[in-house]
Amino acid sequence: MELLASSIAILYRWDVAAALLAGSVGGVVIGAIPGVGAAVAIAILLPATFSMDPIVGLTVLLGVYGSSMYGGAIPAVLINTPGTAVNALTTYDGYPMAKRDSPRRALSLAYSASFFGGVFSVVCLVLLSQVLALIAPHFGSREIFLAALLGLVLVVLAHRGRIISAGMMACLGIFIHTIGLEPVRYTRRYTFDQSWLVSGIDLIVVVLGLFALSQAFLLLVEPDTRARVDRVSGGIFQGLRELLKFKRVATVSSSFGVSMGMIPGVGEFTAQFLSYTYAQKTSKTPERFGKGSPEGLIASEAANNAVPGAAMIPLLALGIPGEALTAMMLSVFYVHNVIPGPQLFANRLDFVVALYIALLLLNVIVLVFLMFSTNGIVRIIRIPSRFLGVMILTLGFVGVYSLRNSITDCALAAGFGVFGLILKRLDLPIVPIILGMVLGGIMEVKMRSAMARVQTPLDFIERPVSAIIFAMIVLVIGWHIASTARARRTRSRGD
Amino acid sequence: MVKHLLKRDRHPGDLIFAACFLLLSLFLLSRLGYETSWVGGTAWYAQPMLWPALSLAGMTAFALINVCGAVVSDRREGRGREMLLWCRSTEYACWFMLYVWIVPLLGYLPATVIFAASLAMRTGYRDRATISAAVLVGIAIVVVFKGVLEVKIPAGQVYEHLPDGLHNFMIQYM
Repeated sequence: MELLASSIAILYRWDVAAALLAGSVGGVVIGAIPGVGAAVAIAILLPATFSMDPIVGLTVLLGVYGSSMYGGAIPAVLINTPGTAVNALTTYDGYPMAKRDSPRRALSLAYSASFFGGVFSVVCLVLLSQVLALIAPHFGSREIFLAALLGLVLVVLAHRGRIISAGMMACLGIFIHTIGLEPVRYTRRYTFDQSWLVSGIDLIVVVLGLFALSQAFLLLVEPDTRARVDRVSGGIFQGLRELLKFKRVATVSSSFGVSMGMIPGVGEFTAQFLSYTYAQKTSKTPERFGKGSPEGLIASEAANNAVPGAAMIPLLALGIPGEALTAMMLSVFYVHNVIPGPQLFANRLDFVVALYIALLLLNVIVLVFLMFSTNGIVRIIRIPSRFLGVMILTLGFVGVYSLRNSITDCALAAGFGVFGLILKRLDLPIVPIILGMVLGGIMEVKMRSAMARVQTPLDFIERPVSAIIFAMIVLVIGWHIASTARARRTRSRGD
Repeated sequence: MVKHLLKRDRHPGDLIFAACFLLLSLFLLSRLGYETSWVGGTAWYAQPMLWPALSLAGMTAFALINVCGAVVSDRREGRGREMLLWCRSTEYACWFMLYVWIVPLLGYLPATVIFAASLAMRTGYRDRATISAAVLVGIAIVVVFKGVLEVKIPAGQVYEHLPDGLHNFMIQYM
């Protein structure tokens, strides 16, 4: 009870309330605009949050992260175009339902399922907190090194069909992290005698280039498009009642979201596909899936909205981000000298609980906001794509330049922007670069401190937690090789 | 068998990118001895060279497989068109750098308004409503980020020539 009171005290401030409101509402709006997405918004906002209190800055970013998928459902349902990539499955049943029945029913159900998934994940997070607080102290340097390695392996393997390019990009990320002065011996690494490379390449510069500027360039070079979308008429509350009829699908889908969100590198896509497949297989009307099935819509939205809360688990408990958005948030923690990991749970549990409460509140704010403002957001979807490109490029400047007023940073970000555009055009993954930079840094530091305490490399896995993580790495790689071989055999038999 | 294993979906421009990436990896790997160092009396795991070596070895290996994959996969037409599009994006990178360059001269507000309006015109918008919208977006961005969030962006040199009261206001909020 004392812990709860202390956590509420952290949040009971006007600036936190304003941050929560701005983040939640802003996230919905950003999520609703196809071609922007939470990653772009968080990348732009990141440097601005550095001057805020940690709880205020993190609340804004959490707000954007947690609410963008709510907004992403709007264009997915109304114009068959997902607002964020993770709303892609919502189009399968949301759009046909909007066409066949009414847009109001589809949107209402999507909002309700999203709300259920979001709240479910926060409840799981609270319940798991005590367990995490017990387990986290068992994570020393070697365990964190292995967990980061597991995260990197999972990120690469999660890109099915693009594993080679994902591996290439993850290695590039690790390499970019090594540029500059080496932190222990202070020797130069890949600076090519250039003074501007001595301080290394900042993660934020790379993030802004790869996510925000590349998206702006892409929108500016591609033909101009403007979505045609009609107003939504009628009340939006019906979905909450309809959701109760499908509470089993909502609960199982949210559970998939939580479990997949906790595993670094897996995230929303896998959670959605697993829950959608489950919902279809257990449905009494599987033939309606893809044609406007309420269960399909619930499975997709509940699963993807359960992920943000769960993705905070490896970040807060171990300091290991599972995907690009939590990797960006990690930099906010570091800037404020709040180091996520076992010590955070031991010393600042009230701060962790305050973040959970903020997550819960943002779901309520977003639901209330959407119930009354869907038509306002519909107007935003109509912004022409090139104009959006102008806006993102203008905003991108604030993100990069405000970091340290460096023209070199801006030039680097522009370079990464062009590189990001090429990657997007070729359908090559960007996220492994960011995770390679973050996890590579963690691995280098942790390996150095862990190896100093062991006699042989085998001692590395003598402790139970490290042995379990090592076994997981071996199992994941083994399972992947086996499943790839099986798929190839099946395909060659088919040929 | 190997061909079957490497075959993948190939986009226009894929092979060029794969080849350039491999060349870059090889170049960086060839500079390993010059751009990093091996410190005597230090364990292997603490060597400054270790992580660049591991990452570049990985990059090169994956890039090599990627090139092989591109070579054995079915080609799609449109390589020239695709590369032209990549080049066209550099024009907007130059616009961005021009914006970066004029902010310390003109100040954040004037530079942003000029940049947003001119870029909107460059991208094909000529009607008064869209240009006005671009100007308003520029003003809104400056007010939110500089005025409200107080991000660190230096004042423009032109602000020095403004009357005292306005000069201080512009430095602080615009």
